[in-house]
Amino acid sequence: MQHKQVIIIGGGPAGLAAALELYHNGVTDILILEREKHLGGILRQCIHDGFGLLRFKESLSGPEYAQRFIDEIDRLHIPYLTDVTVLDITADKKVLAVSKQGLLEFQAEALALTMGCRERTRGAISIPGTRPAGIYTAGVAQSYINLANTMPGKNVVILGSGDIGLIMARRLTLEGAQVKAVFELQPYPSGLPRNIAQCLNDYDIPLFLNHTIIDIKGRSRLEGVTVAAVDEKFAPLPGTEKDYPCDTLILSVGLIPENELSLQAGVELDQRTKGALVDDSYQTSSPGIFVAGNVLQVHDLVDFVSAEAEKMALGIAAYLHSHSPQSTQLAIRGDASITHTVPQRVSGEKDFTLSLRPSRPAQNCAVQICQNERVIATQTFRKVLPAEMIQIPVAADLLAEAGDLEVRIAC
Amino acid sequence: MKEQSYDVVIIGAGVIGSAVARELSRYRLRIAVLEKELDVACGNSSRNTGVLHGGFTYRPGSLKAECTVEGNREFDQVAKELDVPFKRTGKVVVGFNDEDLRNILKFKQIGETNGVRGLEIIDKDRLYRIDASAGGEFAMYSPASGILNPMQYTIALAENAHANGAEFFFASEVTAIENSAGRYRISAGNQHFSARWVINCAGMNCVAISEMLGISGHQVKGFKGEYFVLDKKAGQYLNIPVYPAPNAKGGFSTHATPTIDGNVLIGPDSYLTDDPDDFAATRDHMQGLIADGSKMFKHIKRDFFIRNFAGTRWKRIDPATGEVLDFLIESRADKPGIVNLIGIESPGLTCALPIARRVVGRIRDREQLAPNPSFNPVRRGIPPFAGQPRERQQALINADPNYGEIVCRCETITKAEILRAINNPLGVVTVTGIKNRTRATMGRCQGGYCETRIAALIQETLGSKETEVLYQHAGSYLFTGKVREDDHHAA
Ligand SMILES: Cc1cc2nc3c(=O)[nH]c(=O)nc-3n(C[C@H](O)[C@H](O)[C@H](O)COP(=O)(O)OP(=O)(O)OC[C@H]3O[C@@H](n4cnc5c(N)ncnc54)[C@H](O)[C@@H]3O)c2cc1C
Ligand SMILES: Cc1cc2nc3c(=O)[nH]c(=O)nc-3n(C[C@H](O)[C@H](O)[C@H](O)COP(=O)(O)OP(=O)(O)OC[C@H]3O[C@@H](n4cnc5c(N)ncnc54)[C@H](O)[C@@H]3O)c2cc1C
Repeated sequence: MQHKQVIIIGGGPAGLAAALELYHNGVTDILILEREKHLGGILRQCIHDGFGLLRFKESLSGPEYAQRFIDEIDRLHIPYLTDVTVLDITADKKVLAVSKQGLLEFQAEALALTMGCRERTRGAISIPGTRPAGIYTAGVAQSYINLANTMPGKNVVILGSGDIGLIMARRLTLEGAQVKAVFELQPYPSGLPRNIAQCLNDYDIPLFLNHTIIDIKGRSRLEGVTVAAVDEKFAPLPGTEKDYPCDTLILSVGLIPENELSLQAGVELDQRTKGALVDDSYQTSSPGIFVAGNVLQVHDLVDFVSAEAEKMALGIAAYLHSHSPQSTQLAIRGDASITHTVPQRVSGEKDFTLSLRPSRPAQNCAVQICQNERVIATQTFRKVLPAEMIQIPVAADLLAEAGDLEVRIAC
Repeated sequence: MKEQSYDVVIIGAGVIGSAVARELSRYRLRIAVLEKELDVACGNSSRNTGVLHGGFTYRPGSLKAECTVEGNREFDQVAKELDVPFKRTGKVVVGFNDEDLRNILKFKQIGETNGVRGLEIIDKDRLYRIDASAGGEFAMYSPASGILNPMQYTIALAENAHANGAEFFFASEVTAIENSAGRYRISAGNQHFSARWVINCAGMNCVAISEMLGISGHQVKGFKGEYFVLDKKAGQYLNIPVYPAPNAKGGFSTHATPTIDGNVLIGPDSYLTDDPDDFAATRDHMQGLIADGSKMFKHIKRDFFIRNFAGTRWKRIDPATGEVLDFLIESRADKPGIVNLIGIESPGLTCALPIARRVVGRIRDREQLAPNPSFNPVRRGIPPFAGQPRERQQALINADPNYGEIVCRCETITKAEILRAINNPLGVVTVTGIKNRTRATMGRCQGGYCETRIAALIQETLGSKETEVLYQHAGSYLFTGKVREDDHHAA
């Protein structure tokens, strides 16, 4: 059993940023474990641009963004292993991984969980119909096209308006496929406005809100789908059914943080984010186990992922110093106007960034953070969208010693 | 076209056809199995609950009752011989009211007459101790019942038959059968076969094949059932199949069953269909399953849903009265050389080997069968990595480093297992074939992570083009081609 100060599980943007920040804070006994052949995480398959606008003030492709971090990791000789899958972690920070050389066992002082997320599937949303070939989640279609040089299909219908689906609408169109339409159950899109503009509008691909797929046809390969409008309760409206012949259905219906390992270590999860409950150091309910990136909450921008992972790294560095568990006093609660907050608890001792999403689109509103009936921070927005994560910095010296925080969006 | 000549042709490679092939391969016979799909277990043998039944709802003296009890008793031995995952979990049949109790007592009596061992009425306390997540006020406990993986069982029977000399022909749909001079001439796919014996194991198409064989008048009726598959996270709550009290005829509505691999199945329900190819999930029934299933299993929630599927029990019906009839194993003096199996519905999985032995018996009635001297009843499956002790996992990797590469992250299936599945004895090429042999793509991400890798491994190993990689059926191509031609073609 090898000993390491910090083991980072997952070499995507979160893991890479965490490793660099730890290194710069004097923590060098680090090891990144990555199951793929290469570092970079999901960014490897995101060959479109738009990454790094906040961080580098330029528009990079996913692989370019990741490479900036990988180059730095290599320059500093920060150790990592690829082709290694972590199978098991424990609450006392033992790690069991597997590689072609055999099983690997480590004892870490602290664990950084940066495993990313997976896509919601057809089964998870229970679409009726047959089960032919030709039904792909957007990320799978993306990896087929961008990493495996294979075309999944030619006549495409997309269900769900998540960002990856929107990006695939454009990608498939550019590669000669015909994308007939995008259907979204909610009354508003779940992807970013810039992706609606650049991936659908620019290519005349129609978006139908308040619509869903009620049947799938075809025995061998997909032959078509039946679509219907839905009411406020998402029940299909009789008489609105319409058939769309197609050979391919792309699903972009949400991402779920991949917390199978976290659960093994007894990490407590938030029912809303499906990620861990954390404090302002990104420490979980299990002392010495920290999380950041898409495994904590699904981000829409990788720039936020990197920044979050860096804050987690500072939390880990402080933990290695003091070995103090979660030093939390204040809980953070949101009302119905927001879907969740991260972190869910804070120490009150240091500045932190609060991440949240509005539960529905709204205009001219303010996000308010209150304590003991007093507004301690507020930020105004011309509009807020569920697709856009809101991040608000909160200074510690504004906080009273006691009293939970309430967050709401007031319009 | 050249005609391939056999002693026996078996039509259909479901669990029944595969079991018949395996039992016949004990004798010195040339055996061909003709299957219209690209693999074994593509019909209802992969669309069921995977329960080894006890035998308490079938009429005493019926073939169903006899074969179920026989099949149940021998299964520990069979599972060991064929290396098929199996667990004798027992089963509870739960009731809520007086009528349920009357039905349960009636079937307890029937079970005892059939020779089912250990049936017991238990109170709510004991039920709770057996499984805290089971609904019900009281129950009948049947310790003999168990769970198995029906795909793996069918594959195991077929592989064992193959190892003992039976030949399997896929993509070989039987479309015509002629009888000339004591031999049957069978057209299947683009090929022709001839045989002295034809065994009809065509499941949902048994009546159509029967007509081709010149036996008319049989009738089957399709009772379709839909399912939800729940995540392994739900599996931790359920360790025994929970069935509702049967109706007066012995039929069960939606039940909750743990699978041998740790998932939970909710279903099947039951409604009529006349389409042998109808495996679609439908909105109303999906909703019904959740409502009814929640009475059996308290932990149903959306987060647990990973897949839906359906299967159809093709029951033999009395054309005059519409009444459901027993399994039929038919061989008639006026139609020598035919064994006709009609209405092998539930519990056909449990009964597969007993049925197969009775089929062999029909042949033995008419001719002497010489034993196959090299018959070996033992078959080994693909050694799994997941769930093994660490020393065993290390040993697997030492012997084959591909055991150290995880391909399917949800089920922890390694590259070594995938490659063994691709190189399996029956020579199957589809993603579903790999899935049924290894469980890859069956987890919560449903292939989101591993399907690309499996498709690449199939392509690499078999040297096939993108457009030739198939999902399950003929024509179920995964890709329409390359995105770009390879570099040297590009301008
Ligand atoms: C398909 C897709 C498209 C996106 N497109 C954009 C975009 O256009 N613009 C944008 O700004 N953002 C985009 N994002 C979001 C952004 O890329 C992600 O937020 C970011 O990549 C998340 O980083 P991460 O490090 O948390 O996770 P990931 O990038 O997913 O990295 C996690 C890593 O952990 C590894 N891992 C997981 N489990 C284990 C284990 N058990 N053992 C070893 N290794 C493990 C994985 O292999 C992976 O490399 C996209 C996200 C997805 C999923
Ligand atoms: C919903 C449901 C639940 C069940 N649950 C259980 C259970 O828990 N326990 C239990 O013991 N039993 C159960 N059963 C019963 C069991 O699944 C079936 O009895 C068994 O699978 C029947 O096997 P088979 O080989 O006859 O049919 P199939 O598996 O359907 O095989 C028939 C094969 O014949 C092929 N075929 C058809 N026509 C042709 C043709 N013209 N040419 C060539 N090939 C052809 C088909 O492609 C198919 O592969 C259940 C059944 C259903 C439907």
